[in-house]
Amino acid sequence: MQLPGLTITEARRMIQAGQLSPVTLLDAVQDAIETNDGRIGGYLSRDYARARAAAEKVDTGLPLGGIPVAIKDVINVQGEPCGCASKILQGYIAPYDATVITKLRAAGAIPFGRTNMDEFAMGSSTENSSVQITRNPHDPDRIPGGSSGGSAAVVAADEALASLGTDTGGSIRQPAALCGCVGLKPSYGRVSRYGLVAFASSLDQIGPFTHTVGDAALVLQAIAGHDPLDSTSLDVPVPDYSADLESGVKGMKLGVPKEYFVDGMDARVAGRVREAIEVYRGLGAEIVEVSLPHTKYAVADYYIIATAEASANLARFDGVRYGHRAAGAKDLADHYGRTRGEGFGREVKRRIILGTYVLSSGYHDAYYLRAQKVRTLIRRDFEEAFKQCDGLLSPTSPVPAFKIGERMKDPLQMYLADIFTIAANLAGICAISIPCGDVGEDGKQLPVGLQIMAPAFEEARLLRIARAYEAAAGS
Amino acid sequence: MSPPQLDVRYVADLVRLRLTEAEIAEFQPQLEQVLSYIEQLKEVNVEGIEPTAHASAVYNVFRADVPHDTFTREQATANAPHAGSGLFLVPKVVEG
Repeated sequence: MQLPGLTITEARRMIQAGQLSPVTLLDAVQDAIETNDGRIGGYLSRDYARARAAAEKVDTGLPLGGIPVAIKDVINVQGEPCGCASKILQGYIAPYDATVITKLRAAGAIPFGRTNMDEFAMGSSTENSSVQITRNPHDPDRIPGGSSGGSAAVVAADEALASLGTDTGGSIRQPAALCGCVGLKPSYGRVSRYGLVAFASSLDQIGPFTHTVGDAALVLQAIAGHDPLDSTSLDVPVPDYSADLESGVKGMKLGVPKEYFVDGMDARVAGRVREAIEVYRGLGAEIVEVSLPHTKYAVADYYIIATAEASANLARFDGVRYGHRAAGAKDLADHYGRTRGEGFGREVKRRIILGTYVLSSGYHDAYYLRAQKVRTLIRRDFEEAFKQCDGLLSPTSPVPAFKIGERMKDPLQMYLADIFTIAANLAGICAISIPCGDVGEDGKQLPVGLQIMAPAFEEARLLRIARAYEAAAGS
Repeated sequence: MSPPQLDVRYVADLVRLRLTEAEIAEFQPQLEQVLSYIEQLKEVNVEGIEPTAHASAVYNVFRADVPHDTFTREQATANAPHAGSGLFLVPKVVEG
């Protein structure tokens, strides 16, 4: 059983042909983890016995029958830890399945393993995990990106065929770009968040990491759809995401936003993305320059809206119903203050403070309300752009993977890592990052990601555009 | 609008977040820097622009008001750091 490079599509073909059993596949994944994860640090925990019991009785006729899928530590899987890589949730055992987990199981997939992340999904390098460092499979001295760094690294290191992550401002696409795999952020409302520990509720979406675009379509197929338990999930029909994958981009108009090639970005990254754009031209797409004039405000806008929402969402961590509790409190206020002071890490504290400040009396209109209005302008930028083109092409990250520790002392520099991904969350559109070559540094080859964006609920078109490049690039 | 005046110690107290002196000293300049960056939003003309609260245009979503199974008390308190008699236990709230 050769795991490296094995796609869901190929594994499913082998399973259906009787050449591979789900238990053998799970054993191969377990072996790969035992061999590699000491070096990578992508997994926080895994329950092999439970996964094996599921593999033994899974219906292999189902669309994902027998496929293990690694899960970011922010999504509830009944009976397993769900710690959000935070001390404040140490020891928490999920009492129920998130809807995405229920849906994965219904499609025959086997949730296997909890992946590392920035605490409460706040970060761009996975260094904010309170548990461990995750290393980039392409260079162990570098970060895997974040916040879903564990989910990206385990796919890139062939310790998983696929994983789920979450994307609030780029937390799927940026680590996918930096680790060299496919990462899809569905449109806001496409995938239920019931059972996802909330960070910024108007932005969060769950999506897959995979080796290929075709595999991303398969996982999205399983998890997409309306859920009465999440009132922000929309009741929009789920099309067949694999049907048009090979239809190509001939005759399509693809927009290149001029604001996404900025001063200070890595010239080699820009070069790889420009080459990918030329591949699209060669495939018969018409390339048009478009403008998203409010792009430069996206990061500032995001750090008001996301922190405001986070400050409210994280109020629930009070040491009463679950998680860490400070010992010896003299009264209830002391209990809250010490529990939260001991339980949360630095970045989470910074964001709670910033979010509380921008919502506080006297500052609400100047910061939060203004940010919501700027958000409208950012959303309109995309509406205008999509009148001129079918999809947008850009870099995913302005730089390749940076060194562990390099940006930890400077939160603002870390925030700017998401400069090209944040606007898609603010606008609620769908976006994907796919590998488009690499750049050499310190004798290592570091992956570069191409970001493709499409209008809300146009995931089928998004995947088709992505697949056209992937096929042309030879995989 | 005057320059940002964020007092980390004061705001942390509002959200029941006990910080160490070292954390306060670290966060104060960091958050001032982030706030200065955020100030650029003030350049944007937002006259007459409606705010966006979230990206999808759905409002007032209701579900049928019918009883359904939910957690038992035992399940609900299973993760509690301190529980007894099916209740969450907390330090004394009312004096006297």
